[in-house]
Amino acid sequence: MNTIAGYNFAYLDEQTKRMIRRALLKAVAIPGYQVPFGSREMPLPYGWGTGGIQITASILGRDDVLKVIDQGSDDTTNAVNIRRFFARTAGIATTEKTEDATIIQTRHRIPEKPLSEQQIMVYQVPLPEPLARLEPREAVTRKLHALADYGLMHVKLYEDIARYGHIASTYDYPVLVNGRYLMAPSPIPKFDNPKLHMNPALQLFGAGREKRVYAIPPYTKVESLDFEDHPFSVQRWEDPCALCGAEDSFLDEVVLDDAGGRMFVCSDSDYCTTRQAAGHTGSQSPVAKEAA
Amino acid sequence: MYVAVKGGETAILNSHELLAAARRGDERVPEITPAQIRQQLRLAVARVMSEGSLYDEDLAALALKQAAGDQVEAIFLLRAYRTTLPRFGYSLPVDTSRMALRRRISAAFKDLPGGQVLGPTYDYTQRLLDFSLCEPSASPLPPRADEPLAEAMPRVSELLGHEGLMEEELPLPGDPAPVDLSREPLSFPADRATRLQNLARGDEGFLLAMGYSTQRGYANSHPFAGEIRMGEVALEIVPEELGFAITIGEITLTECQMINQFAGSSTVPPQFTRGYGLAFGEAERKSMAMALVDRALRAAELGEETTAPAQQPEFVLSHSDNVEASGFVQHLKLPHYVDFQSELELLRKMRNRHEGRMKVGAGGTAPTEVAAEENA
Amino acid sequence: MNAPHIPMLPGFADPVDDGQRVFRALLDALARPGTVRQLPGLQVSLPRVPAPLHVAAGAVLLSLTDFETPLWLQSPGGELAAWLRFHCGAPLVAEPGEARFAVIDSPATMPPLSAFAQGEPEYPDRSATLIVQVAGFEPSGLRLRGPGIKAECCIGIAGLPAGFWRQRRDAQAHAPLGVDLLFVAEQAVLGLPRSTQVTQADEDKEN
Repeated sequence: MNTIAGYNFAYLDEQTKRMIRRALLKAVAIPGYQVPFGSREMPLPYGWGTGGIQITASILGRDDVLKVIDQGSDDTTNAVNIRRFFARTAGIATTEKTEDATIIQTRHRIPEKPLSEQQIMVYQVPLPEPLARLEPREAVTRKLHALADYGLMHVKLYEDIARYGHIASTYDYPVLVNGRYLMAPSPIPKFDNPKLHMNPALQLFGAGREKRVYAIPPYTKVESLDFEDHPFSVQRWEDPCALCGAEDSFLDEVVLDDAGGRMFVCSDSDYCTTRQAAGHTGSQSPVAKEAA
Repeated sequence: MYVAVKGGETAILNSHELLAAARRGDERVPEITPAQIRQQLRLAVARVMSEGSLYDEDLAALALKQAAGDQVEAIFLLRAYRTTLPRFGYSLPVDTSRMALRRRISAAFKDLPGGQVLGPTYDYTQRLLDFSLCEPSASPLPPRADEPLAEAMPRVSELLGHEGLMEEELPLPGDPAPVDLSREPLSFPADRATRLQNLARGDEGFLLAMGYSTQRGYANSHPFAGEIRMGEVALEIVPEELGFAITIGEITLTECQMINQFAGSSTVPPQFTRGYGLAFGEAERKSMAMALVDRALRAAELGEETTAPAQQPEFVLSHSDNVEASGFVQHLKLPHYVDFQSELELLRKMRNRHEGRMKVGAGGTAPTEVAAEENA
Repeated sequence: MNAPHIPMLPGFADPVDDGQRVFRALLDALARPGTVRQLPGLQVSLPRVPAPLHVAAGAVLLSLTDFETPLWLQSPGGELAAWLRFHCGAPLVAEPGEARFAVIDSPATMPPLSAFAQGEPEYPDRSATLIVQVAGFEPSGLRLRGPGIKAECCIGIAGLPAGFWRQRRDAQAHAPLGVDLLFVAEQAVLGLPRSTQVTQADEDKEN
């Protein structure tokens, strides 16, 4: 596809890319710390992935292969739109196959297939400050990070346990990176949190509206906060995916009718279709239906 | 068989075409041109330029056409375009005392040097729909004053300054260059130059509401419209190879100086203080609201009690930008299946616990929790 | 723009693509400390740089610095300064502490690491990145642990002054403040962010 005339490769001008690149290098050097950057107005709205888009635009080269997912899926409209944006402005190759991508921009999920050292994950982040819901003033949260004073978050989680019997955060579950900075993993389900830990891929996080980037280098310790008597746990479903039979993936609930009928299918569309192509079936697969 | 929904590029392209058709409307009606918008909807153009942070009437008019009149969308279009423009240099500060005035009023003094100049204003129109505008009309010749206005008119704040009753406004030591908020992130505490820059780009409706709240007791403020002036000012730059200032054009500005009483402190005698508002084009509501909010945001530095939302810099400055606010509010339209699924699962669990049942509701296969190996 | 008095060496052949390729190598270098990587394509994109720069140092400066990044040079020579002014526009500063980037071409006589900006507790990113030109890289001598390293890795860096690693370790008492290091030798670069723990092989024996 030809790129749009009048715009630089990957839309951003070179000075902006340099500014973002410098911020990314500091983010990598200080794992989990939110680096302020001069976020630009992008041609897509704030809150729709402008942080991730600016990171991708700054790291992207002509040989890269880009995958964009939203909720784990390549074909949700916003993922399609962002992929189209880079195909138009950078003319790069895109893919839906996790293993073929060199850069994966994501909103709210980490792919089920393990990532490699040759890949970079780019997360779109709406609210980068993990303490924001407990303390909205940035002047204060910055001090708390400087002092590594995360008592506020521990108290919140402990109060959850006292009130509900368990920690009531199910997504954007706070993590401690490299034993130092408390970090918001973006609204991934806590199911994905263990994948952050010691991942071979470099993980970059961009919040455009809030003007922050941060990073988890490869092979970095990432702990989900918990307590000895209430260890961190993740969701597992009783039934496998209704389309591919996977028992190890994050499942979306699909409402089938207005009488309580529902089924559960993989949120990671590439994972599910790859498994189906390899012959795996679930309760709603055509084969299974015919047999029934 | 269940087939997963595919959004896809076709749906997006079709929606663009539907949008273009809706923008054009009935083709029996002549298509509007950016030139018409620029000439006849100049106040809409002014707002798009101010909040879009780009003084270009043609581009603002084009943005308004493209956005079908949606001002926030037009502002967004202009901002996104502005981002891509190279910087050639920085202009000198504009001198509004040398403004070629078209309007200048003061609510503080009945008469003052240079006089009150009403100019083009809606203030004393009687808000009766004018049905004659349904038909094309010849533009009336504008009335002319008997004598030209003075070339430079002193600002009201300067008149009071002579008596020592008005706080002085001096550049900070070393006269540091202001932060450029379009290039650098906002950080706190934000100095006044940064705050004013933020407010100048801020949403008019937001500033209006915040300014209004200060009049209703949410901040201890007693403002007087010291002076509002509107007209054209010259924009000057100093090219490096010349070494002296040259005029590169002129822009229309509206400036408002609000005067507020200040009780004084241990170090400062009682005096008047100011709130400042400035906006591109004819933008009186915006610049007045901005001046009220500017003054409210100075509460902490003046040692006043800060109790009201309009006095909290982080609250005001972090929420004033309509491009940011519109994006984030509307991002709720994006799919949130994954977080919703997580919440749904949590709620079912809490509900079960609440009802003392261990069994999950009909048809469900609620996830259970297992310890994460990596964290164990 | 004033014409330079001496023939100016060119910058990147293709600023967009060359800048991106070099940056990606640097991103990888800091994300995976201790691995030596050759900056790609420099024979074509940047055949020569002014003395005393190594080619890799020139490439780092071209890809990362501009008018927003104060730069400190250990040897602020005329040709080098003119080249940087023309291609990067980075303001040269006299005090190491004012610099965002610094080029050290003679590590034996470099200022102490503490002379450079270490960042602030609330903004540890406001710290210097040092480009240190060294004689070369060796397979052993140092053991590295930390983010970006699976277990540990071994590497040697030739030409650093005695006490350099002790100095760096002392500075790490103030973590997460600190400087980040890019060691360069000819066309190769090795990243060492502040987060990496370094021990010297001979120290191990002592302990």
